[in-house]
Amino acid sequence: MANVVSIAAAAASLPWDVEVVRADFPALAQLVNGHPLVYLDNAATGQKPRAVLAALDNYYQRDCGNIHRSVHQLGERATEAYERARRTAQAFLGAAEPREIVFTRGTTEAINLVAATYGAANLRAGDEILLTGMEHHSNIVPWQLLAERTGARVKVAQVNDRGEVEMEEFERQLSPRTKIAAFGHISNALGTVNPVAEWTQRAHAAGAVVLVDGAQSAPHLPIQVSALGCDFFAFSGHKVFGPTGIGVLWGRAELLEAMPPYQGGGDMIASVSFERTTYNRIPYKFEAGTPHIAGAIGLGAALEYLQALGMARAAAYEQDLASYGAERLAALPGVRWIGQARERTAVFSLVVEGVHPHDVATVLDTEGIAVRAGHHCAQPIMDRFGVPATTRASLAFYNTRGEVDRLAEGLEKVRRIFQC
Amino acid sequence: MPELDELYQELILDHAKRPRNFRVPEGADRRAEGFNRLCGDRITLFLRLEDGVVRDAGFQGAGCAIFTASASLLTEAVKGKSEQQAEDLFRRFHALVTGHADQAQAETLGKLAAFGGVSAYPVRVKCASLAWHTLKAALSGDGAPVSTEE
Repeated sequence: MANVVSIAAAAASLPWDVEVVRADFPALAQLVNGHPLVYLDNAATGQKPRAVLAALDNYYQRDCGNIHRSVHQLGERATEAYERARRTAQAFLGAAEPREIVFTRGTTEAINLVAATYGAANLRAGDEILLTGMEHHSNIVPWQLLAERTGARVKVAQVNDRGEVEMEEFERQLSPRTKIAAFGHISNALGTVNPVAEWTQRAHAAGAVVLVDGAQSAPHLPIQVSALGCDFFAFSGHKVFGPTGIGVLWGRAELLEAMPPYQGGGDMIASVSFERTTYNRIPYKFEAGTPHIAGAIGLGAALEYLQALGMARAAAYEQDLASYGAERLAALPGVRWIGQARERTAVFSLVVEGVHPHDVATVLDTEGIAVRAGHHCAQPIMDRFGVPATTRASLAFYNTRGEVDRLAEGLEKVRRIFQC
Repeated sequence: MPELDELYQELILDHAKRPRNFRVPEGADRRAEGFNRLCGDRITLFLRLEDGVVRDAGFQGAGCAIFTASASLLTEAVKGKSEQQAEDLFRRFHALVTGHADQAQAETLGKLAAFGGVSAYPVRVKCASLAWHTLKAALSGDGAPVSTEE
């Protein structure tokens, strides 16, 4: 909101001052089990800056009306704020037009939308859908459902020992039958940054349409969909430090226009009669029912916050944290992490020899350190590395070297308790 | 603040490292599988019953320390118990790990009382109780895999 000044944003031209950035995130300043919180579960969800909380508050306290239908002031304000969020998302992604931005519940719904509409309309028996071995379940299951319905086949580009899909392997799995290629920009389980622009070129050359799952990249990298060259890009609001329950599907206007609607209901129609219903123009054709208005407004505030902060600066700072983390954690005996890709973000999928990730996470929690233990909704990549689960520390631009030290000390405590 | 050594007591760490009855008992006539979706704990529990009494018990699987120790101590605790006694034990164990047992009730559980610290860690209750849910399935003999997602 205009009246909530972000100190960090004002300092955008100065060197990264992490303490100033942290001051924008009230949840970071708390004690957990008697220790200052060390929040290292950013791949699961990000904490929210004051600007987002203020935007939500403002909508519910002042501008709460329904959108696209109210003549009254509140409805007008709500509509303006909602559509402004769409323009912010357009700018954030470097998209050509606001109408290419469809609000969804999140990345999962965005992928399901494309599978259920573009996929159902264009795939036939014998066609192929290309995925990689490091996808999140949300970029696997919608395609499996589509394959079941259409008789298409899911193919998988396999991951090497470093946690990368090599270009030769990607090309090997492409064929003239590949109609859709869908892959994550950054692996949530490994932190691998995939060369999605190059993959997109190859997939386009084979005649496929490309969807990039940007759930893990939108919070950490500057995104320009025109530079990536893809056809669809999906991300979630809560991972870019906005509210839960809201996300974005970007699609090329000509593709979105040709796609059948996703859900039927209010707002997605031009006119309805029992004889014939005509659909609204894009993006409204894909936004049936009253959407998550507050969520979209809050997401817009989050994206404005990130833009003011500067995604390139944030990414550079996170790379420094990644190098420091790698150095600090590699020095710990009995601790390793899976995923050694040359291009990585600050994600460490840790294995403590002889200790189950769940026990690691419990010990760390008593030290006030929040990590994720489990298979990270990416069971195939866990199988690939022969582990049932890992303890994942995923960092963001508000984390510090000192917090990496706290993690290392916590892991030493784990080894002391389990005497390994 | 919950104390970590209340959760990871000596007895639990010992059974987690060296689980007892980690085997398929000879002549096992009941078997059930359990799975904790949250953290991937997996168990296959085997029983040998004679006249409704558990004569032998063993398990296979993998999981966290709380889960492994719980399965290990379960296989020791149920030997010689009738189906009814085993189910009664589960009920009392469940009360313990969910914080619904007082001191006197905890003491009736013998070694299993070591799991008293689990009640301070609600997300770990599933780890402690998975083997017991699986036991119930093995005793009822319906053979359906057990999940902790009730």
